[in-house]
Amino acid sequence: MSKGKFTRRGMLKAGAASGATLAMPTIFSGAVWADGHTGFTNAPGPDSVTLGFNVPQTGAYADEGADELRAFTLAVEHLNGEGDGGMMNTFSSQVLDGTGILGRRVEYVTGDTQTSSDAARSSARSMIERDGAVMISGGSSSGVAIAVQGLCQDAGVIFMAGLTHSNDTTGKDRRANGFRHFFNTEMSGRALAPILEGAYGNDRVAYHLTADYTWGWSQERSMRTYTEAMGWETANAVMTPVGAGDFSSYLTPVANSGADVLILNHYGGDMVNSLTQAVQFGLRDIVANNKDFAVVVPLFSRLMARGAGSAIEGIYGSTNWHWTLTDAGSQAFVRSFGERYGFPPSQAAHTCYVQTLLYADAVTRAGSFNPCAVAEALEGYEFDGLGNGPTLYRAEDHQCFKDVLVVRGKENPENEFDLLEIVEVTPRETVTYPIDHPDFQGGALGTCNPGA
Amino acid sequence: MEAIILQVLNGLDKGSAYALIALGLTLIFGTLGVVNFAHGALFMLGAFCAVTLSRILTLSFETIDPTRTDFLGNPMTVHTPYVEAWFGEAVGGTIIDWAVPLAVIIAIPVMALIGVVMERGLIKHFYKRPHADQILVTFGLAIVIQEIVKAFYGANPIPTPAPEAFIGSFDIGQILGFDPYAIMYPYWRLVYFFFSAVIIAAVFAFLQFTTFGMVVRAGMADRETVGLLGIDIDRRFVIMFAIAAVVAGLAGVMYTPILSPNYHMGMDFLVLSFVVVVVGGMGSLGGAVAAGFLLGILQSFASMSQIIEALPGINQVVIYLVAVVVLLTRPRGLMGRKGVMED
Repeated sequence: MSKGKFTRRGMLKAGAASGATLAMPTIFSGAVWADGHTGFTNAPGPDSVTLGFNVPQTGAYADEGADELRAFTLAVEHLNGEGDGGMMNTFSSQVLDGTGILGRRVEYVTGDTQTSSDAARSSARSMIERDGAVMISGGSSSGVAIAVQGLCQDAGVIFMAGLTHSNDTTGKDRRANGFRHFFNTEMSGRALAPILEGAYGNDRVAYHLTADYTWGWSQERSMRTYTEAMGWETANAVMTPVGAGDFSSYLTPVANSGADVLILNHYGGDMVNSLTQAVQFGLRDIVANNKDFAVVVPLFSRLMARGAGSAIEGIYGSTNWHWTLTDAGSQAFVRSFGERYGFPPSQAAHTCYVQTLLYADAVTRAGSFNPCAVAEALEGYEFDGLGNGPTLYRAEDHQCFKDVLVVRGKENPENEFDLLEIVEVTPRETVTYPIDHPDFQGGALGTCNPGA
Repeated sequence: MEAIILQVLNGLDKGSAYALIALGLTLIFGTLGVVNFAHGALFMLGAFCAVTLSRILTLSFETIDPTRTDFLGNPMTVHTPYVEAWFGEAVGGTIIDWAVPLAVIIAIPVMALIGVVMERGLIKHFYKRPHADQILVTFGLAIVIQEIVKAFYGANPIPTPAPEAFIGSFDIGQILGFDPYAIMYPYWRLVYFFFSAVIIAAVFAFLQFTTFGMVVRAGMADRETVGLLGIDIDRRFVIMFAIAAVVAGLAGVMYTPILSPNYHMGMDFLVLSFVVVVVGGMGSLGGAVAAGFLLGILQSFASMSQIIEALPGINQVVIYLVAVVVLLTRPRGLMGRKGVMED
């Protein structure tokens, strides 16, 4: 490089040129703001938009994660106009037309949360910073969902939670940029208690085994609140590490504890192991307090039922959605998913598919990818046709309110997927709780963060 | 009282697995002087022998049954295992049902072969290298094996049930004069305990009562002198490596109904087994077995709710606490010999 290039005149020219370049966005800012495509993190270009799907591909919840990923892929295909459109055809809002989102083709990147908050945060960060994801979705562990939700809030992108069931996700850890379609432990407690009372009476003693993290604590608390309210006693509640594998030493004291109901606040691979081992230890064959011993799995899913085999027969639990629902939305989704993959979708797949459509719909209605505009479009939004009946995204806590299913392990399944039967569809009014519910206190949404 | 008996029983099956893995580890360490961090992977590979056999036995062909419909309303595709088609539903069904015990037969040659390949292919090049190098290379090998298994079988646990005849629980309490249902213990876990006892006894008998065993024991004590006597100790040590691999593999095969196998189950057991070896005393076979059962039972007691209430988190750390106490009071472990790993 020659010295001569740095002349006074040259520097002035360069200065003027860069000044003009820097001023460009300001000059055109009026027009650009009208479209709302700048001024926030990872504003997409004119051709494509990137979404980030962060799911557990390894660990105790890997089955759920794999199904979530299938659903995300399907949702992206439908948004881009491929396939039969699935629930886009039954969705009450008809603004999505199969041309991507706001005319941009939808692309996606995936990450492995490893069911660990640290791994999840780092994969989410990489999707936001390196891949330019404008929205992050995924879940299967509330610990992970809460961690990623916090990260998205700070980074200025929208977090559409996948499967996360702890009250805290939309309770004390709620964030303005985070939205949850899935139900929570409070709703499970409200829906399950009357059914359990009908099946087992109100003179029972429960023993809880609880996954030792935010979801387990939340699930145990809700179950205790509602079972104790109907007269059940709690003999003991024992925390178990996530991914323990062998639960035998936690299960053996149960038979002599004076309890006659075992409540397994476990999910995914943990639940498969603890339930099959409970059956191996003969807990379902014994008689305690002159009553047949019962097992309850508050959060049930078909994937877990498949893993646990015949151990699930007659066991009660709650679920967000089930593929045997007969409404048009559920049927459209089961058809599209079933034809694509050869088996019906799980509740984890359903919530992730729905969240992706809801995000695309909100962006389209808002006319902008700006997280604050998207959040505004989702808050207080009432919709239908996505498999759970009329649903409200409550503005105050970003939680969806809809019907909850109480299910029971089927005694005589007709096929390999026919594992749970719906015992009751608990209406939305019954599971709706006030915003000032004590189990949801201690946090605030704050204000939406559009990021850079 | 019932609770104590129950926790002892609980500790026995976990202890059996620790003892079998630790036994193999000590054998390899004692004979070859190699600290084998890939030993857990051998346990996992054994478990996957059972999974593989169960998959082979359930290989099936598809037929369309127009009288039934699948979940989409299309005619149902029925899968019939070849084994059932060849031998009839009853016999075929029983063979499939007994996949796990049958896998024991398959696992012996498979694991022995894996052991030999592992030793000849990689580990023999590290005999003269420092222990740190051995640990790094075997740890790396364990990760490679894990990832291969993960690529073929996925990351999820694969349920592999015990034969129908062993499903359910044995009411031990009634035999001992307690109330019915006081002490229930699954049949398969009893089978596992007896199976491990037989394997452990067989390994000890082999080392104690055969000439081969005598040479190996002599080699463990003084490799150089045995070599000077004109005995090809290396060849025998290869066989010992294969035996250690088979022991770990069989421990894995029979453990599948207790814990659905996944690709990292070996690593979970390996760390604990190393603690077992250290507590038992490096190079001591009896120590490894005793410490295996001891730590299994202690871990099981530490998981009792009364104890967790008094000392939260104790179930996670009890094994390491015991290791600390043992090493402080007996630096060579419970039954450790002088001169092992002290050069």
